[in-house]
Amino acid sequence: MKMSENKDEQASGNKKGISLPISRVRLIMKSSPDVSSINQDALFLTTKATELFVQHLALSSFNNGSGKETNTLSYSDLANTAEETETFQFLTDILPKKILARDYLKSLEQMQEEDGDF
Amino acid sequence: MAERPEDLNLPNAVITRIIKEALPDGVNVSKEARRAISQAASVFVLYATSCANNFAMKAKRKTLNAGDVLAAMEEMEFERFLEPLREALEVYKKGQRGKKEVSEQKRKDKEKKVDSENDKSREEEDEEEERMEEDAEAENEADDEEVEN
Repeated sequence: MKMSENKDEQASGNKKGISLPISRVRLIMKSSPDVSSINQDALFLTTKATELFVQHLALSSFNNGSGKETNTLSYSDLANTAEETETFQFLTDILPKKILARDYLKSLEQMQEEDGDF
Repeated sequence: MAERPEDLNLPNAVITRIIKEALPDGVNVSKEARRAISQAASVFVLYATSCANNFAMKAKRKTLNAGDVLAAMEEMEFERFLEPLREALEVYKKGQRGKKEVSEQKRKDKEKKVDSENDKSREEEDEEEERMEEDAEAENEADDEEVEN
């Protein structure tokens, strides 16, 4: 099935077309266990939904974050939004907040001291 | 079929474009943020698929359909997507029907062409047959005459 025409003619934002390649989305879907087959409409919808999701995540993170001052969307904006917004919580594992190594080691030490009391 | 990790990622160029279109003009996006959103999108696909599949299995179906995906969006609390998704699906289905009709028409035209070529040669064959039949009839008549006599 030729989806390349859609990719070229239509950007995801305007009209109702899609930009993401359906074939790639299908590959990801098929990697899910228990999935036998996917009908064409479902494939299209999932692809379109993914585009909507990317827009939603990017914009929410930007509005939510400190990017407004720096005019940049940064990783931490995403991580914070994932933690604070319910609908994005399924992302917390892949968008972990980052801490400085120094702070991590400090908290490790603290935990070890507490253990030592036993 | 072995899938390499890259294959389960979505193309960076397209993801970047979608992000840029969603954000106000002139906003920068760090490379790390871009990569993270791309990965998040892949996870979204998996989550949506698994959710949709649950609906299909509940209905004892082996094939995921549009309804399952829409139900999954609601389940995942992305109701905001439902309206735009439905509209997009309408346009998509119309396009598919149009494409089907075009290819159907092409097929029919092709068949017509082949048929008319066959007809031409069939006409020639028919003429041949007619001549042969006339000869046969003539022979038969001759035989009949003999019999009658």
